[in-house]
Amino acid sequence: MSTTTGIIGQSVKRVEDKRFITGHGKYTDDIILDRQTYAYFVRSPYAHAKILSIDIEKAKTKAGVLAIYTGADVAEINGVPCGWQVNFKNGDTMKEPKHPLLVTDKARHAGDAVAMVVAESREQAIDAAEAVIVEYEELPVVVEAFNALQTGASLVHDDIPGNICYDWELGNSKEEVDNAMSAAAHVTTLELTNQRLIPNAIEPRCYNSSYDAANDKYTLYTSTQAPHLIRLLMCAFVLGIPEHKVHVIGPDVGGGFGSKCFHYTEEAMLTWATKKIKRPIKWTAERHESFLTDAHGRDHTTKAEMGFDHDGKIVALRVKTLANLGAYLSTFAPCIPTYLYGTLLQGLYTTPKINVDVTAVFTNTTPVDAYRGAGRPEATYLLERLMDLTALETGRDPAELRFKNFIPPFDGVNQPGYLTQVALQYDSGNYHGVLTKGLELLNYSNFREEQKQASQNGKLLGVGFSTYIEACGLAPSAIAGALGARAGLYEMGHVRVQPTGKVSVFTGSHSHGQGHETTFAQVVADKLGISMDDVDVIHGDTDSVAFGMGTYGSRSIAVGGSALVKSIDKIVEKGKKIAAHKLEANAEDVVFAQGNFTIKGTDKFVSFGDIALTAYVPHVYPKDLEPGLDFSSFYDPTNFTYPFGCHIAVVEVDKETGEVKLTRFIAVDDVGNIINPMIVEGQIHGGVAQGVGQALYEGAAYDENGQLTNGSYMDYCIPRADDLPMFETANQVTPCPHNPLGVKGAGEAGAIGSTPAVVNAVIDALWSGGYKVRDITMPITSEKVWKVMRSKQ
Amino acid sequence: MKIHVRVNGVDYAHDVEPRLLLVHYLRDVLRLTGTHIGCETSVCGACTVHVDKKSTKSCTMLAVQADGCEVLTIEGLSTDGELHPLQQGFRENHGLQCGFCTPGIIMTALNFLNECPDPTEEEIRHALKGHLCRCTGYHNIVKSIKYAAIKIQEEVIV
Repeated sequence: MSTTTGIIGQSVKRVEDKRFITGHGKYTDDIILDRQTYAYFVRSPYAHAKILSIDIEKAKTKAGVLAIYTGADVAEINGVPCGWQVNFKNGDTMKEPKHPLLVTDKARHAGDAVAMVVAESREQAIDAAEAVIVEYEELPVVVEAFNALQTGASLVHDDIPGNICYDWELGNSKEEVDNAMSAAAHVTTLELTNQRLIPNAIEPRCYNSSYDAANDKYTLYTSTQAPHLIRLLMCAFVLGIPEHKVHVIGPDVGGGFGSKCFHYTEEAMLTWATKKIKRPIKWTAERHESFLTDAHGRDHTTKAEMGFDHDGKIVALRVKTLANLGAYLSTFAPCIPTYLYGTLLQGLYTTPKINVDVTAVFTNTTPVDAYRGAGRPEATYLLERLMDLTALETGRDPAELRFKNFIPPFDGVNQPGYLTQVALQYDSGNYHGVLTKGLELLNYSNFREEQKQASQNGKLLGVGFSTYIEACGLAPSAIAGALGARAGLYEMGHVRVQPTGKVSVFTGSHSHGQGHETTFAQVVADKLGISMDDVDVIHGDTDSVAFGMGTYGSRSIAVGGSALVKSIDKIVEKGKKIAAHKLEANAEDVVFAQGNFTIKGTDKFVSFGDIALTAYVPHVYPKDLEPGLDFSSFYDPTNFTYPFGCHIAVVEVDKETGEVKLTRFIAVDDVGNIINPMIVEGQIHGGVAQGVGQALYEGAAYDENGQLTNGSYMDYCIPRADDLPMFETANQVTPCPHNPLGVKGAGEAGAIGSTPAVVNAVIDALWSGGYKVRDITMPITSEKVWKVMRSKQ
Repeated sequence: MKIHVRVNGVDYAHDVEPRLLLVHYLRDVLRLTGTHIGCETSVCGACTVHVDKKSTKSCTMLAVQADGCEVLTIEGLSTDGELHPLQQGFRENHGLQCGFCTPGIIMTALNFLNECPDPTEEEIRHALKGHLCRCTGYHNIVKSIKYAAIKIQEEVIV
């Protein structure tokens, strides 16, 4: 392996920023193609309704209309597929209803697409869509998972009994857990709702699809996190178009948070229709459509019981969860409440017996899938709520309770990885370390005194803890496959050294705000001993990047970065052979450091630039070696990575109004080695803001008719600048033992750790004032707090 | 309808549909795509530009209303290739991630710093009330604007 030269680990300013701050980013909606047309979708206003008739005659006569398609036109085409299979406990395959491009028989959620209008302009498409007359017959609606399971509940899909997608279980047997629980000295029981969230990337989803008849080739610009994945799913599973005939480009993408890694019906609809009308078609979601049709996140209801012995050691955990999947299966939906949730219920603790039982249910709501954290926030939320509540109810200190239960430190090299009761092997960890550091930053010993004084002055001050772990770097393909993934989860990294020694890097990872053009360039420049100015990172284009699985699950640096390191190693190895020939030495005697190939123990060297030129002008060159210096690699990890950390929130609760003010937020995260501390810190900030949003502000509000009553920015409350404090962040570094960069991933940590810390802090504040409340359903609005305080008086 | 607008110092005359929004005029007609659309309801602030030196949400203003006005967009902010202190501030402080909300926030911050050249953190956060950023948690945006405020004051003194 090549020697590093110190660019890794520096807070290098982002190279992509210049185009964004000058207004020269290129997002999908910025692209207008020659002879561009525009699509608009007619969507069901009802959550569940039979479609009796669709009359498009009047709409067809509207100005500028080019085509109108209804479900009948695409009835023979497959729906968008689901990429993950989970089986019932009895081994049966999960229920997998068709997710059609346009519905034919009935609409299953408000916003389900009924027809697509294509016109010369966006406004003309909207005008014509308004003239499409759809006659509906309303059907009974199920919104909550619990209601969907009741006898006689209306069926979302007529052929799926009981609205059940699957039931699933993991961990120790129920009997083992029951036995351990019955011996517990104390059992904390909590019923929790992890409410439905709407991701809300600020760039709405946007697609622009075109067909070039002369070359029989499609081009799809899409606001996606995973261009190759979209191409694969759309070509092979929906439209039956040969993959090499479709060029998918994910240009600059304005945030994703999971919601843009799925294959959506609109992408396939546009690509199908562009060949019919022989003109490019663009569709940009209006914000209300984003609310109704971007895959949502979370939506669990859970009953959890945690048993403790006399000493405060956890003896058992029993979890029963209902997961609401919405009306259809989105791309990764089945794995979120199972393999990304149940598997994380060990947390950071030595809990010897764990059983988790999940039932996943269809309802007349927008499909639910991965949203920042995806399963792991839900697991962390219930574990950490149980820990702080147990501390309050048993008079223990919440930090002490955690120290008592933490898995002891292990580095994964000298000490083996930790085998959990729920099918994972943690890579490396020092959980005591992050909590200790968090307590120092908080100045915990002083805090309790402050809290007492505040309470005497009529103020409610509270602190909440959360020590979390997540599984990232998805994933070893064989393991993912065994767990139901219908794809491999490796990544491709391609490093092309140009004759002049400049380097083009092609990665299958996709950046939609994460800054890969900087961090990946840092890795390559560092390892090759060259300037970052000499490295360009290219991503998001299926014609220039050989393959890729895209960005989600905090996987880019751990999997995509590791693929690049593999390619760099191949370049260095070949470079050594070329250098040895030039220097008349043995390749084994050549070392590569600081951008030079040197004969060990001498001052004879050749520079990297020289070797690059020689590789392409191979006049004096080893006999059996190919010219060129260009390698690509696929990296399939051997394990997940397991970032972890400690988040601490301090809140003030206004006794008169119930208003919660987050006054401090401390995040100590261990994401393994860090390539760019500035970028990692930024990722934590953004994640924390979303986690605080879940705790205090956000939540999809459906009424009993399945109408999303807060489907706009006026109604769905996303944290604004004056809702948040400056964050206090710190890092501990426990390298990942199984990937070449020692990195674990940082994209989701903030959203995973923060939510329970904030909720715990509110509850702690209320207890300090004598209001012994066990739970307040998120989002914790001032109204809810006010009511709780009044009811406890 | 015929309109005359000066955008980033350049005069334009166009015949536009009365219902054309200013943001669509800027993006689709003038092809200045640095101004973005996040919600079409003037809540997210991604479309913010200056109209006659006042920060304005261009998704809720008609192009015809801008007739005779002077418009400044993010593309017109740097002069002679030199980044404006606000642009420098956002780059130096990692004040952006996906970059989608950034142009709008910078345009609001420009207006704000004209009126409040030495702001406190609280004042900055209040000034950002009309904007949504989903990536940064605002921490580094606050730092970026503070950085720009100091930088602009230094330039004034020099």
